[in-house]
Amino acid sequence: MSVFDGLRFRRGSSPIHQLDPRAKFFYVIVMFVVAVLFNELLPLVVLFLIQIPFVFVARVQREWIRSLRGAAFLAIIIFGFNFLFTYLSGQYELSYVLERSFAMSLRFIVLVESFSVFFLTTSPDHLGLALEQSHVPYEFCFAFTTAVRFVPVLAEEAQTIMDAQKTRGLELERGNFIKRIRNYIPILIPLIVNAIRRSLELAEAMESRAWGATEKRTNLYVLKLKKSDYVLALLSILLLVLAVYIRLFLPVPQLGVVLRI
Amino acid sequence: MIEVKGVSFTYPNGVEALREVSLTIHDGEFVAIMGQNGAGKTTLVKQFNGLLKPTRGEIFVDGVNTRKVSVATLARKVGFVFQNPDHQLFCETVEDEVAFALRNFGFEESTIKKRVAWALNLLDLTEYRETSPFMLSGGERKRVALASVLAWNPKVVVLDEPTIGQDHKQKEKLRQFIVQLIAQRKTVIIVTHDVEFVAECNSHVVLMAQGKIVAKGSAKQMLTNSALVTQASIVSPQITQIFLELADLGMPIDLINIHEAREALLNFLEVDS
Repeated sequence: MSVFDGLRFRRGSSPIHQLDPRAKFFYVIVMFVVAVLFNELLPLVVLFLIQIPFVFVARVQREWIRSLRGAAFLAIIIFGFNFLFTYLSGQYELSYVLERSFAMSLRFIVLVESFSVFFLTTSPDHLGLALEQSHVPYEFCFAFTTAVRFVPVLAEEAQTIMDAQKTRGLELERGNFIKRIRNYIPILIPLIVNAIRRSLELAEAMESRAWGATEKRTNLYVLKLKKSDYVLALLSILLLVLAVYIRLFLPVPQLGVVLRI
Repeated sequence: MIEVKGVSFTYPNGVEALREVSLTIHDGEFVAIMGQNGAGKTTLVKQFNGLLKPTRGEIFVDGVNTRKVSVATLARKVGFVFQNPDHQLFCETVEDEVAFALRNFGFEESTIKKRVAWALNLLDLTEYRETSPFMLSGGERKRVALASVLAWNPKVVVLDEPTIGQDHKQKEKLRQFIVQLIAQRKTVIIVTHDVEFVAECNSHVVLMAQGKIVAKGSAKQMLTNSALVTQASIVSPQITQIFLELADLGMPIDLINIHEAREALLNFLEVDS
């Protein structure tokens, strides 16, 4: 559950927390696009590093590290597969293959990093509000914020289910890779069934409290873009333009080559 | 025999759920653990099959330290029925559900068949053998969960809130069922808020409050002692309350269930006439 822990919002009052979710989301999208633009290690390392100040300003280092630790497992698999197949094709030399495989894992890490910063510093309420003000139908906004809010509840329930099945002699760590995945069936089925039951109950409870009675909803709080939000958006656009320019017109050297010079 | 020796337990989030708890539960004993929400009842019983390991202190189940063995090993001896059956049901049929643990424990297929048939019969579930557990009512699902644990015939049976959501008839059945288990020399431990049920069962009672054991004794001693009852934030059975109010008339004040009340009333009427 460490990955989820690294994405769970914690109340805070840093400048990053106070940014408008829309501006932050735009930044995440830009990060995403730029990370996908490059296969090379050098720009991905730069992307990784430029996000670190955000983490420290927001004071979410511990949770951020935890999300990275959670992502490490998948990153290692990505590295393994890329290394294996690029190397086996026999067309490239080892240093290039290593760098390329490492870049692919780092790309994944960069994506997790930006999402982690976003979710760690944006309350589900603000996120819902941002969606609403972006003219997403209220039903969808509500479904989204509810889903986010239920993640910790589900995590706790998963723990109880695991305990119940362990009591019946289930050993999660036993067997080969396939068997280990199959071991999770007795946990996933009750979890999903309960989630569906819970959502039906929630729907009934909400309808009995007149959900959707008014056509036009108003909000007590209204999000307004501030100066800092525009600055972040502007920086993101600059980064995007720069990245596209480099991609189109400049060669990106191998990191190994750069370091040797 | 379960020996709890000076056990303290703190959850990872810093909540101290057990403080220096010591307790011995003998073979064949029937114990009800009672106390208000958050008193540490469930935390305590989860130590018995190793789901939680003590932060300080030790627990021995038949002389085996719970720290030294896996949950699966301890589970062979200590069966644990969770409060909510929906946290464990996942198979396509009731039969598979009951066989699940037996397969995990590596029983032979022929033994599994016999055990499943026995457990289903025991809990009146034979007719639902081929039914999906998800199609059953709440009470029936609870019985399937119970059958799936009893199937491997554990020596100790722990029931977490077994009476919640059960109608009166099912409660009575459950009580008779526990009596049967005791007759087979099994240790039965229940965690419950249901004083009336405990009074009717006349089990031993362990009262807990704020992570500590307040007192242990017979249901009669525990449930008629108003100081202890208040300390553990529970309420005496209704019968006890009535007879306390009638104490002025010379009625006995240490009654907890209907049978005793009936005797006392008959005696009283006889003396009167």
